[in-house]
Amino acid sequence: MNLPALSPDIPIRFIEVEILAGGVTILNRVSISIGAGAPTVLIGSNGSGKTTFLRAAMGLIPPSRGRITWGGRDAVPPKRRAIVFQRPVMLRRSVAGNIGYALAAASVPRDQRERRTGELLSLVGLQGLQARPARRLSGGEQQRLALARALARNPTVLFLDEPTANLDPAATKAIENIVQEVSASGVKVVMATHDLGEAKRLAGDIVFLHRGSVIERGPADAFFAAAATDDARRFLAGDLLI
Amino acid sequence: MTENATALHMVLTGDPVLFGIVRLSLAVSLSAVLFAALIGVPLGGLIALTRFRGREPVVVVLNALMGLPPVVAGLAVFLMFSRSGPLGSLGLLFTPEAMVIAQTVLVIPIIAALARQTIEDLWIEYRDELAAMDVGPVRRVRTLIWDARFSLVTALLAGFGRAAAEVGAIIIVGGNIEGFTRTMTTAIALETSKGELQLALGLGIVLMFVIVLINALAWGVRRAGEHFIA
Repeated sequence: MNLPALSPDIPIRFIEVEILAGGVTILNRVSISIGAGAPTVLIGSNGSGKTTFLRAAMGLIPPSRGRITWGGRDAVPPKRRAIVFQRPVMLRRSVAGNIGYALAAASVPRDQRERRTGELLSLVGLQGLQARPARRLSGGEQQRLALARALARNPTVLFLDEPTANLDPAATKAIENIVQEVSASGVKVVMATHDLGEAKRLAGDIVFLHRGSVIERGPADAFFAAAATDDARRFLAGDLLI
Repeated sequence: MTENATALHMVLTGDPVLFGIVRLSLAVSLSAVLFAALIGVPLGGLIALTRFRGREPVVVVLNALMGLPPVVAGLAVFLMFSRSGPLGSLGLLFTPEAMVIAQTVLVIPIIAALARQTIEDLWIEYRDELAAMDVGPVRRVRTLIWDARFSLVTALLAGFGRAAAEVGAIIIVGGNIEGFTRTMTTAIALETSKGELQLALGLGIVLMFVIVLINALAWGVRRAGEHFIA
């Protein structure tokens, strides 16, 4: 793998970002800076704005108000960023075809694609399945292929939207191992999860969202040991936040 | 011999008149489908992937044109290529080329409308992933057409079915000239009106066989694609 050691697209800064959809506020004047280091994990109940936050950080949704900067630059999101959606869509191609497509889209020279495909399949543990139609893979395998496809872009920042939702423990462990390996190689991982155990295992810092607002943000250890806000404590205790 | 037996005998012995008509019919209809696909698939893709003022009326008109009466298409092409028409100097009227053009006009809306729906459905599915990969518009269209190729076979089949079965357009622009522009459908119409049912029945048998065969082949291609790729 040829993964970056340092990202020029960090920090990602949200400055008074507001996102509205159909008159409903999805993100409410969010100001936050995400720096280099261990994974930043977004937690919060369903509808708290985690997915919208990731899509906005990826540059897929423009803010209704405010602005987002990547490494101090705004208006144009960096090329070397990638996202894995909660339900990734497999292109109607083989496993290798899916990765080859992502490599081509990332302008990787044709003569390097086969080698890179092999490396990525090996990284996510799908070697030997390259000829299989991607849609025939299991849910866990599809998530790993989606990760490989995202890594084909050689990203400096990787966004993951609930990458282990609906996966069994073995598949979850496989995904988490890859995330840790990718993070250790210098890629900034920003992920959303509703699984507090996963957040504890992976997070360097936590962003707790509720109803489109950042309620609390801090190092994972401190957050889980003694959350500062009442909403966060209630969320950690398993209360339903409405 | 009864008329049915005579018709079957003509088919089984490879009657040269009958098979000359079959060859021309297939050449005209398959050419028309090819040209209509070259125009209709990109056109459908373009409408599926772009948003412009008046897009919805365009979609409605395109869908409505799937039911374009063949005689109207034939009349329009006739007026274009008649001696006093804008393209009259080309001298194409009453030639197989004019028949291909008329059937192409007839089939383009069918392929374009079905392709638009197929590509738009796939676009809804792929949109986020392709946006996340920063895929540009040209590669996007190519990707969607390629990945929808097995579904698009159905659109081509519908187009071929329309072309192979129609009589109104090609009889107007082709003139049903024996040995030159006579096709299966125009010959069936003529022979039936003359009370010569042997050739009409023989052609009817071949026409049905060809349509079933082409549908079976397309079905096989689609199934194989779904099994090995999709």
